[in-house]
Amino acid sequence: MKTWIAFWNIINKDIKNYYLKPPNISWGIIFPLSWTLMQIIKSPDTDIIKLLPGLISMSVLFGTTSMLAVTITFERSGKSFDRLLLAPISLGVLVLSKITGTILFGIFNAFVPVIFASFFINLGLINWGALFFAVIMIAITSSLMGLLVAVSVEQVFEAQTLSNFFRFPMLFLCGLFIPISNLPKFIRPISYFLPLTYGTDILNGAITKMNIISPTLSFIMLFVFTILLFVVCNYQIKKNWIL
Amino acid sequence: MVAIEVKNLKKNYGDFTAVNDISFKINKGEIFGFLGPNGAGKTSTINMMIGLSKPTSGEIFIDSIDVNKKLKHAQSIMGIVPDESNLYNEMNGFDNLCFCGALYGMSKKDRETRANHLLEVFKLKEARSKLFKSYSKGMKRKLTIAAALMHSPSILFLDEPTTGIDVESSRQIRDMIISLKDKGTTIFLTTHYIEEAERLCDCVAFISNGKIVALGTVDELMEDVFNDNSIIFETDKNIKTYLNIIQNEFNTNKIKIINENSFVMISNQPILLIEVIKFLNDKKINVLEAKKIRPSLEDVFVKLTNDRQGDMK
Ligand SMILES: Nc1ncnc2c1ncn2[C@@H]1O[C@H](COP(=O)(O)OP(=O)(O)OP(=O)(O)O)[C@@H](O)[C@H]1O
Ligand SMILES: [Mg+2]
Repeated sequence: MKTWIAFWNIINKDIKNYYLKPPNISWGIIFPLSWTLMQIIKSPDTDIIKLLPGLISMSVLFGTTSMLAVTITFERSGKSFDRLLLAPISLGVLVLSKITGTILFGIFNAFVPVIFASFFINLGLINWGALFFAVIMIAITSSLMGLLVAVSVEQVFEAQTLSNFFRFPMLFLCGLFIPISNLPKFIRPISYFLPLTYGTDILNGAITKMNIISPTLSFIMLFVFTILLFVVCNYQIKKNWIL
Repeated sequence: MVAIEVKNLKKNYGDFTAVNDISFKINKGEIFGFLGPNGAGKTSTINMMIGLSKPTSGEIFIDSIDVNKKLKHAQSIMGIVPDESNLYNEMNGFDNLCFCGALYGMSKKDRETRANHLLEVFKLKEARSKLFKSYSKGMKRKLTIAAALMHSPSILFLDEPTTGIDVESSRQIRDMIISLKDKGTTIFLTTHYIEEAERLCDCVAFISNGKIVALGTVDELMEDVFNDNSIIFETDKNIKTYLNIIQNEFNTNKIKIINENSFVMISNQPILLIEVIKFLNDKKINVLEAKKIRPSLEDVFVKLTNDRQGDMK
């Protein structure tokens, strides 16, 4: 009960304090939207529905990683993070509360392009169940990747810079904008090591029925990534936060 | 009853030793002053006690709970005021307090009642709805202390609570500390204001270069270092010419001139006041005031550090 109060209040505070912070707005919301506009302007006859999976993934990926840079890195550089480490809640619950706020932000962010698209096209054929599940899994895995970055840096701008090192390459390698089969052969294995590849593929299936991997395998892979990342994060946190 | 026990605590940062094998015990309901210059190792020690950093070696017991083994249990009875006021800038005073209460699992009703109460006690009611970032330094400090008291901890850690704060706010904070002690709270206080420690603390440890150089009650420390008697005399006439005679007459170790009408007699034997007064009276000098001088903790500290420097030479 007591842990639950702390858990919920941490999420609540993060949502109230940080959802509308500048880095979240610019990286999380404006960046994916301007990307869409760019794509549409570049080739006006592009089918918006084909852009949608990519936009959703991108919004989640950029939303969660930016949010974590704020909720963790920002609080750590201002020392208020110490309050959370000193509270009588386990490190696991603390990390979970931080991540949950971020995941919620990512999910909320995923629907910005969906709402945007609904003004232009008919979304009636989408498999919403699969889409929602994929969004959640992408949000979880990218939050954990964001956490890994947040654990290893001191300043918010470092977190943003370091995130971009893996955010942008990931976007191009996960089959969103360039189909994986079109990538040079030696790069392809890297694609299969990225959680986003599997998330995006489920989204492709849910929205345009053009997935290349079986959805079951994709879900399993996403679970495996989640567990792996969680273990690595936990180890890194214990090593880096309690000096 | 022992509230805090620290045994052979050590902290290395790389090959630099910040805290070097210190041990002490603090009884329940006591104020323990941890004094030392900048970089002595005060914050490093506190951080290990509260679980913000891992000891290189040694043991810490808070209310008999082993901090190395059951940290979260120990943390639930601790209140912590860090050296920097680190509340949330984008929240107001009231929400900051409520959030801190929530971290310790307080119900919404309890934390709101308690937050309002503390805002009143710390005279911050007007600033209740102002953002923390708009607070002055003193207000920030007070709110940070209030935040540590939200869950009514039985052990309170205060890292330099009054550094950089004006006289009036410092006084309020000291009054607060005394009233907490009266309610039975055990307080671990670090400071470099010796006078503050002298006024507040039951027990004091001096730390220098990571080592405790003196430890004891304020009275004990003073007795240890100053077993001399010193008495200050104030007279109605110039006494300069008589000082040598007085020194010989009363076999004192030393006489210190304060000004032409007053002087201090220092002796390792009891000084018979009445004799001195009579002697001066015979010379047509009236003693207006004679008073025993209590050494200050500062004297103790200066003497200790001088002795240590002497040791090294
Ligand atoms: N994280 C760290 N890494 C390396 N050295 C450190 C670290 N923290 C503290 N130190 C060193 O340990 C020594 C003790 O520092 P500490 O902060 O404990 O001093 P302090 O007594 O609290 O001083 P102050 O009165 O300035 O607050 C200093 O020399 C400091 O440089
Ligand atoms: Mg300090």
